[in-house]
Amino acid sequence: MSASTATGIPHAGRDERAAQALGRRRKRINLLVKTLCVTATLIGLALLASILVTLAWNGLGGLSLNVFISNTKPPGSNGGLLNAIVGTLIQTGIGTLVGTPIGLMVGTYLAEYGQGSPISNVVRFVSDVLLSAPSILIGLFIYQLLVEPMGGFSGIAGSLALAVIVIPIVVRTTEDMLRLIPATLREAAIGLGAPKWKMITLICYRAALDGIVTGVLLAVARIAGETAPLLFTSLGNLNWSVSMTKPMASLPVTIYQYAGSAFDDWVQLAWTAALLITVGVLAINITARFALRRRT
Amino acid sequence: MDMTMSGQTSGSGQASGSGQTPGSGQASGSRGGVQVRSNSKINEPRIAIRKLDFFYGDNRALKQIDLDLPEQQVTGMIGPSGCGKSTLLRVLNRMYDLYPNQRAEGEVMMDATNLISAEVDVNALRARIGMVFQRPTPFPMTVYDNIAFGVKLHEKLSRSAMDERVEWSLTRAALWGEVKDRLQTSAMGLSGGQQQRLCIARTIAVHPEVILFDEPTSALDPISTLKVEELIDELKHDYTIVIVTHNMQQAARCADQVAFFYLGEMVEVAPAVQLFTAPKERRTQEYITGRFG
Repeated sequence: MSASTATGIPHAGRDERAAQALGRRRKRINLLVKTLCVTATLIGLALLASILVTLAWNGLGGLSLNVFISNTKPPGSNGGLLNAIVGTLIQTGIGTLVGTPIGLMVGTYLAEYGQGSPISNVVRFVSDVLLSAPSILIGLFIYQLLVEPMGGFSGIAGSLALAVIVIPIVVRTTEDMLRLIPATLREAAIGLGAPKWKMITLICYRAALDGIVTGVLLAVARIAGETAPLLFTSLGNLNWSVSMTKPMASLPVTIYQYAGSAFDDWVQLAWTAALLITVGVLAINITARFALRRRT
Repeated sequence: MDMTMSGQTSGSGQASGSGQTPGSGQASGSRGGVQVRSNSKINEPRIAIRKLDFFYGDNRALKQIDLDLPEQQVTGMIGPSGCGKSTLLRVLNRMYDLYPNQRAEGEVMMDATNLISAEVDVNALRARIGMVFQRPTPFPMTVYDNIAFGVKLHEKLSRSAMDERVEWSLTRAALWGEVKDRLQTSAMGLSGGQQQRLCIARTIAVHPEVILFDEPTSALDPISTLKVEELIDELKHDYTIVIVTHNMQQAARCADQVAFFYLGEMVEVAPAVQLFTAPKERRTQEYITGRFG
């Protein structure tokens, strides 16, 4: 910058005052950038904290044993959330179980078999589009595909809608994580005489396990709170039902129905349901992280 | 490369013998000159390479290579970066098969089979021709499983036979004493030198006939390098060994026969003592005296 290096030799005969001015200027810029970063972080954290505190404040008040042992009931009759909790567990569980293997295989294809081929470019593009598609469209898609032909809303339709959301998330993380594995590790496995499928399943998956599991957890967290795709598929159910061919209750849909209602006890249950989803997703994440850390 | 090759035939006088003594690789101590193995007798070829061409797409990386790899001896391959020596190594175990636009033409004969023909079962071939890489590549699993992984690909062993095999290969790789109490811990926790010896153990555990070393010590410290070199010296009694190296002292210390590569051609091959003391080709002379490369 302004330091004189006319001789071409750095520091030779440099201007002390200019150098000090430059130093002060750098410190000022450093302070400015640091302040901006810290402020942005604080704003983000404050928003998150405010959500969590509000949720805990309002949700904890309604938490009681009754929430877990009674079904949703008409206002004023001391209802719980049992059917919604079980419905969410079932639909999220099946959605994850159906979506994860498909996503895993597609991601594996993209990273290991289809490098640079036109098909894989199309698949990757479609998957990315799906990743950012509004989830209500996925609900409508399953509505057309399953609800209409089957003649009614059902748990199976809700689960499959959630599976469709899981697939592109798992595809993306699986492909990214497999690509991070150094070529030398693959060659080491191949060099011992391992066929490609063994290299992938025994070495690559193991090396990428943390990342792949994180991807699946992200997907679980995402679908556990999805409402829109369930409105058109499993609809919601005020009564106890674990039949996959009948409408099925879920926490997000219950929140959607209760939060806007005029009844205080329903609003309270909506808060509690929101707290349950948040804590549940958080618990899954923390458990998995601990399990993975212990392994490595 | 600071090498003074002042007619160092004297180096050949101090017969390193069979090279079995653990300290025989310690030429690193001798400044100014290079200790070269005395034995200029080259054994019968285990693998015979004839008129080998290799292509990366349209780029011809190896040109009409003719080279014999003598049985139970060490062939060193030297040359500047990009000269094709690693490429040749990757032809021998068909590693290039992994990459669709790479192909080889010519003959690589081993037991009357052309290794680069399409009919060869590459997985069985890679069990016969093992490879150790530049950087240690432990698998993300326990020390024990690292060894067992390769063995399980080709053999079905009982638990006790597998235990024996693991101990045998780790002992062969001069690592058993250091890891015998931590077989069930992750191999990622070993030091770089230990990881590289683990990779060597993993390779010999599947009982190969030929072992390829691709710059096996370039990521290691001098002590670990010494251990690996001693190991190579020891292993050649049972295996045919090929080693690619950028370090000419290493080639001189380890190899019985040295081949010099330049721009995809094999310029010269000769017993180590001859190549380093009296090279026939001017390009070899210039490279080993550090005038280019």
